[in-house]
Amino acid sequence: MKENIIKKIKQFFIEVSDIFLFAGKYFEEVFKKPLELNETLKQFYYLGNNSLPLVSVTGLIIGLTLAIQLKPTMAKFGAESLIPNTLAIAVFREIGPVITALICAGKMGSGIGAELGSMKVSEQIAAMEVSSINPFKYLVVTRITAATLMVPLLVIYSNTLSLAGGYIATNLAGDMSLRLYWSKIFNSLYFEDIVPSTIKTFSFGFVIGLIGCYKGYNCSRGTESVGKAANSSVVMASFMVIFLDLIAVQISSILF
Amino acid sequence: MENEIVISLKHLKKSFGDFTVLNDVNLEVYRGESVVLLGKSGTGKSVVLQNIVGLLYPDEGEVIVLKKNVPELEEEDLLELRKKIGFLFQSGALYDSMTLRENLEFPLRRHFKKLNDDEVNELVKEALDDVGLLPAIDKMPSELSGGMKKRAGLARTIILQPEIMLYDEPTTGLDPATSREISQLILKMQEKLKVSSLIITHDMECAKLTSDKIVVLNEGKIILTGTYEELSKSNDTFIKSFFTS
Repeated sequence: MKENIIKKIKQFFIEVSDIFLFAGKYFEEVFKKPLELNETLKQFYYLGNNSLPLVSVTGLIIGLTLAIQLKPTMAKFGAESLIPNTLAIAVFREIGPVITALICAGKMGSGIGAELGSMKVSEQIAAMEVSSINPFKYLVVTRITAATLMVPLLVIYSNTLSLAGGYIATNLAGDMSLRLYWSKIFNSLYFEDIVPSTIKTFSFGFVIGLIGCYKGYNCSRGTESVGKAANSSVVMASFMVIFLDLIAVQISSILF
Repeated sequence: MENEIVISLKHLKKSFGDFTVLNDVNLEVYRGESVVLLGKSGTGKSVVLQNIVGLLYPDEGEVIVLKKNVPELEEEDLLELRKKIGFLFQSGALYDSMTLRENLEFPLRRHFKKLNDDEVNELVKEALDDVGLLPAIDKMPSELSGGMKKRAGLARTIILQPEIMLYDEPTTGLDPATSREISQLILKMQEKLKVSSLIITHDMECAKLTSDKIVVLNEGKIILTGTYEELSKSNDTFIKSFFTS
């Protein structure tokens, strides 16, 4: 029992150090030629396009439900008019980035993990290596870069939809003009609400791509391991998103 | 056949944990020669090939390919060397997100950057025609049968005009007729391209058709070297088992 626990702790630290080395290799390779811009753009489109429906629905529903939930509480204080302000701050600072990143961790992380895992198992990665094509550059660097750039865009898109959802909910039981709603939102948002939370979404995108690629690229032989790679990509990427969010919040509360 | 040695394995040892896969393997392949590495499953035949292309590194010994010691090569030099080696994987290892045409174009465009679109197209068609797959040029790998995948994998390899071809069990999992087709295709490619080949198999028909020399691997060691005819006359029960199976 004790040996088992020690073994698992040891494995955990080995994996963490391997992920750091994997990330280090990414930074070593990312600016080396060939830049693989076409493949990066392809992945950028592919990752974004695949996540778009789920992100859209979730973003809209989060705005709707948040506004509906806020209404009775705010009404007690006679502060119903502040719903757009509260909603905007909650969505921009925390809920939008984290929920969207968690959805992307599920959608992108599992997709990348399964794709690279099956390529590894079916010897496609080895085939690239033996034909003198750098598979790390072609498969890993492109996907991590694409995820790093796509997640912030999806977060902005999802935030916008959440606010639109909030407007719908506000007008279900009350009456507020679109102009007033948006002016309240823009009046309540400041630099420290938007910039730090947008910066942290790049790090979310990076870890989602990184973990997905790491798990898939290091998948052991056998089809069972492909499923495990996809599954553990989601679990680890989701955990990393939450963990990075905690760090980002601490840093931004010190700086701003 | 010329006297230049293109692959030389000297005292090659490789273990995975406590399990020794290769134990003092010595092997030479001459330019233009076709060598079959015969052995039962799990005896380390594929490990030999992976050491030759630098996918694995030996624990001890030398792997000299085209006069270069593979384990000592820098990454850039290894990539250069690999351009001269073709590797046909057991499964064909086609990129399943690409059509057959794209599978062949992919390495070609990277290694021969001066080729224009027409030239690339011409080479792709020629390679696919050589393996009888021109009608399937725009198909996805998932639409191909096992034998077609291996032929496509061969086309993708020969399009780069390698000096050495490594075949990892090219006929495994195929019916006898398709196995024969693949063996004949290997022979045709050897005659056309004059490459040196190292073929891993336990299919004696493939060995008979394609080999100049057969090397038998058992328990991590080379136990016998000879021609197909010489081996067929052997009284060794291990060797006999290949001919009776």
